Amino acid sequence: MAQKINFILNNVELSVESATGKTLLDFIRKDAKLTGTKEGCCREGDCGACTVLIGEIINDELHYKSVNSCLYPIGKVNGKHVVTIEGINSDELTPVQHAYTEENASQCGFCTPGFIISTTGYLLKNDKPNIDSAINAVAGNVCRCTGYVSIKRALNDIVEEMKLYDNSDNVITELISKKYIPEYFSTIKERLKRLEIIELKESNKTLIVGGGTDLYVQREDDLKNEDLVFVSADAAEKIYKEGNSIFITGSTTFQELAHSDVIKELIPNIEEVNKLIASLPIRNSATIAGNIVNASPIADMTIILLTLNTALHLNDNRTVPLREFFLGYKTLAKSETEIIEKIEIQIPEGKTLFNFEKVSKRTHLDIASVNSAFIISLEDKKIVSCGLSIGGVAPIPLFLKETSAYLEGKDLDTETIKGALKIIDKEISPISDVRGSAEYKRLLAKQMFKSHFIKLFPDKISVEDL
Amino acid sequence: MKRDIENHVTGISKFVDDFPTLDGTLEAYLFYSEKAHAEILNIDYASALKSEGVADILTANDIPGENQIGGIIKDEMLFAEHEVEFIGEPIALVIADTKENAKKASNKIVVEYKDLPVVTDPREAYEKGLLIRPPQIFSGGDVDSAWSGCDVVVEGKVDSGGQEHLYLETQASYAVPTDSGLKIYSSTQSPTVVQRTISNVLNIPMHRIEVDVLRLGGGFGGKEDQATIWAVLSALAAYKLNRPVKLVLSRMDDLKITGKRHPYSSDYKIGLSKDGKILAYEVTFYQNAGAFADLSTAILERTLFHAANCYAIPNVKATGISCKTNLPPNTAFRGFGGPQGMFVIEAALHKAADVMGIDVDILQQKNLIADNDVYFYGQKVENAQAVNSWQTADEKFNLDKLKKEVRNFNEQNERFKKGFAVMPISFGISFTNSFLNQASALVHVYTDGSVGVSTAAVEMGQGVNEKIIEVCSRTFSISKNRIKIETTNTTRIANTSPTAASTGADLNGNAAKIACDNILERLKIIAAQELNAKDSEKLSIENEQVYLEGQETDLGWDELIQAAYLSRTNLSSHAYYATPDIYFDRDKNIGSPFAYHVYGTSFITVTVDCLLGIYKFDSVKIVHDFGKSLHRLIDLGQAEGALAQGIGWMTMEELVQSANGELKSNTLSTYKIPDIYSVPDEVIIEFLENSENRFGPFNSKAIGEPPFMYGIGVYFAILNAMKSFDPNLELFYNAPITPEKVLLALYPEVKV
Repeated sequence: MAQKINFILNNVELSVESATGKTLLDFIRKDAKLTGTKEGCCREGDCGACTVLIGEIINDELHYKSVNSCLYPIGKVNGKHVVTIEGINSDELTPVQHAYTEENASQCGFCTPGFIISTTGYLLKNDKPNIDSAINAVAGNVCRCTGYVSIKRALNDIVEEMKLYDNSDNVITELISKKYIPEYFSTIKERLKRLEIIELKESNKTLIVGGGTDLYVQREDDLKNEDLVFVSADAAEKIYKEGNSIFITGSTTFQELAHSDVIKELIPNIEEVNKLIASLPIRNSATIAGNIVNASPIADMTIILLTLNTALHLNDNRTVPLREFFLGYKTLAKSETEIIEKIEIQIPEGKTLFNFEKVSKRTHLDIASVNSAFIISLEDKKIVSCGLSIGGVAPIPLFLKETSAYLEGKDLDTETIKGALKIIDKEISPISDVRGSAEYKRLLAKQMFKSHFIKLFPDKISVEDL
Repeated sequence: MKRDIENHVTGISKFVDDFPTLDGTLEAYLFYSEKAHAEILNIDYASALKSEGVADILTANDIPGENQIGGIIKDEMLFAEHEVEFIGEPIALVIADTKENAKKASNKIVVEYKDLPVVTDPREAYEKGLLIRPPQIFSGGDVDSAWSGCDVVVEGKVDSGGQEHLYLETQASYAVPTDSGLKIYSSTQSPTVVQRTISNVLNIPMHRIEVDVLRLGGGFGGKEDQATIWAVLSALAAYKLNRPVKLVLSRMDDLKITGKRHPYSSDYKIGLSKDGKILAYEVTFYQNAGAFADLSTAILERTLFHAANCYAIPNVKATGISCKTNLPPNTAFRGFGGPQGMFVIEAALHKAADVMGIDVDILQQKNLIADNDVYFYGQKVENAQAVNSWQTADEKFNLDKLKKEVRNFNEQNERFKKGFAVMPISFGISFTNSFLNQASALVHVYTDGSVGVSTAAVEMGQGVNEKIIEVCSRTFSISKNRIKIETTNTTRIANTSPTAASTGADLNGNAAKIACDNILERLKIIAAQELNAKDSEKLSIENEQVYLEGQETDLGWDELIQAAYLSRTNLSSHAYYATPDIYFDRDKNIGSPFAYHVYGTSFITVTVDCLLGIYKFDSVKIVHDFGKSLHRLIDLGQAEGALAQGIGWMTMEELVQSANGELKSNTLSTYKIPDIYSVPDEVIIEFLENSENRFGPFNSKAIGEPPFMYGIGVYFAILNAMKSFDPNLELFYNAPITPEKVLLALYPEVKV
């Protein structure tokens, strides 16, 4: 199946006949013959060699974000601007390219275009760059040669140089004038507006794609020749408060969630938590609803939402509590065509404290061996309410109902925690797999539970006590 | 000339899969065994042959020459016929119009197997007599009679895991039929091995096969021997079908079926005097070779050569046993067996220090090798820098202060503990198969004064091209912009040794230097004529200008080249270099196999979260012996990159196999290599000053592999941190030290 998809690739308007499920990477390399974007790396979004920028107009402003083109269906670029390394190049090296060159921050060169794109995308998004967020922006790019030390030096040079500029202007205008991006970027906004956007057809109602970041890893072969159902990402307000609830549109990305002030009220360190979850290009694509329906027992965002009183509003007006949504391994309380439209979180009463723990072989951007979220509200010494969830210890992302119930009404002390550990032991049933042995996961789950208390109440609970 | 790196940052640099393909190009997909050990009873290709787009399916029956690709030992068939011995062993090659169609067709091939016993553990293989070749013993002194004179004797077991290369560019080859034979664009570190193996399989002479290598998207040893098979497969298909054929592996196939760093299981016994001198060391290495020899025997030898790391030990006996298992043949990986050997001696010292109740760095420092000592296999030590680099590191970074900071931190913290370790290294440079230590170079000076240089060196990110440019630029004293490094091509440079063993810049740089010197001599004669000087000896070129007796003349490089050309002077030179003074007697296992050694010392600090069993790397401070660096940024980058790989090997990089030989960690989401957050917060690498080296061009030293071994220290730093959390901790030496191993060791009571 093929249909017309209109978009701008670098400096050229294109009208492409394609199945909407084809990956953007295949289009770029095989059809457009632009080989600066690298393939063969993983097709899992785990290396970043295929990173490109996607530009779109939101609220009359042109915004860019980095995505992994190996996991990005071409249907999703309909009406947008796609930037590959070739679209960044000018006659002379850009200051970003120059910094990488000066610091020798490229050895074999295979991963390098991805780093340049991620770094340039970072500058397009941040008018006040600093080294920590710059590192975070390239954290999804893997390099096997440099050991990253020279890349950090290059990023530092870039950030320092940017600090010299007065960034009061529009960031795109600013970057064009300093030659970080070519002149043609100034014309993109108008050209995107002029682009004829044809509504895409859907050939198969069960092939529903949100961000695609899990689906394409698992089922690229099933998707690439199909016209998919794209969950609309255009809701004006994706996260909002209404009454005693927070509503999150299903297509909200991880990155949007992490930057939401509404969410920050509930989970103040959500940005830090988000950093542990996935790389920026993945967070730019992956959706909250997608994380839930993928039903991984170790899904980070789902584990967080499980601690809260969360309900899922499906597109046929059905509502299912999140804690009742997972029936068994990858089995959901929804039909094949039902879509999560909104996620409703009841705002807990009183002051709550939240903590998230995740342990994996590699600290960042790895799938957890075990993860756990905990929310608690105290009155004096008494636990008024709490919610504990642990991932990787059951066939489903697990809300520990009995442990949570046990804790409620008890005093916050060592005895309570020790008592709860016994219940956790009964509630979890980890299995051995590539992410760790059953005995390790069991031990780790309990250590994490202790860690929640040690982190949230350092004055009351210490390592020695437990 | 643009530098390579300028093409990298603009995405202009091409890799095999980026080359524009010719009309009529077909794509190949390998059909391989899904069984680790089985008899093949029947194979049905009928349905696959009818599959969409299929051009042909090639099997052992289609091989015109020998069905054999083994390098050192001829034990590896290109296509299995009656028995398969690892998951991934080639059975047939499917060729179709697209890779997708070839893969689809390959899924339609039906094989009937009869399962045979699977062995994945090297000790089990040894018990069953499954060996690649008989055990090999290197020894010096007499360990057996030395034990009685030791005050402390410690024994134990040490394991180290394998490691996936994870070169970002997967294995790739593109074979194109030519009038007379084939041209192969291969992502290989060993163009001649590719050429020779194709010649053998196709039964055509080597001169009909041209192998061309532009660059590799990373190699790390993974493309020394194991790029060959893909080149041979594509060549066979191109030859049989008379069409260009491309073969590029998917990441998952690459992870699943190509060899890795060898896992080792080892037993050691170490004896010391009470004042800390190592008197005797006995070690047996059980190397997990996988199903076929590949480079395993050479790798095992290097393990033996590095069994004592940088320590002078009078009595050593090191036994190497290469064990045949049902895993993909393991292969070269940065360090080439050296790291596995060095990990064991470091573990032995660590354990001995624990038994003696002293800090291990006291033992390490006391036993550092020095000039006039003898490496236990007979090589006399010259120009040793072990003590020098240790002392320089101490002066620059203050060993006692670092240790004290760690102690203070640990006294004040309960949950988090810091650990400190020193990792000194000594790594021998030269192929231990002495004949490989040769190289040649072809230098052309064109009439416009620009220079083209061909050597046997393959550029894979290690910067060998820029180093050779540096050598030529310094020799001629002309701008680097005038010099271009050509592809590595077997028609320009024949009989190439692999670009491996850290020797690429040494061997090829020396050859290029000789070629430039040859041309320079001829140019000086022309310059003497032009300047009416009697003696060309009194001439020199500096900054592209001819000098006579130290005085600048009007004669510049461009004019000089023109004059030379017009007076019919040969402006090309093919030159040859062989490393002098190296030999090794394989009957006695005694000799002087290395041109020189590279030394250095690292100080490592880590922090362990003893509640969750996770850790971070605080700082790595290194003094490294670079010789007189040809290019400081390149050398620094090599050291930084090697360190990260070493840390990865010791910590997060874990290959998980099931008992039936299947790789479970077969994706980038299950096999994790260091990311930007895994780098130590602080990495300081200082250049050891005043280190000379007559074997390296302009006194430089090899750099590729040695710094990898600094990463080994991370293991001991983590262990030391754990020990301060739990003084009763049972020390264990089983790398990688994953968060799982840390946590389970810290809380042994919960073990089932």
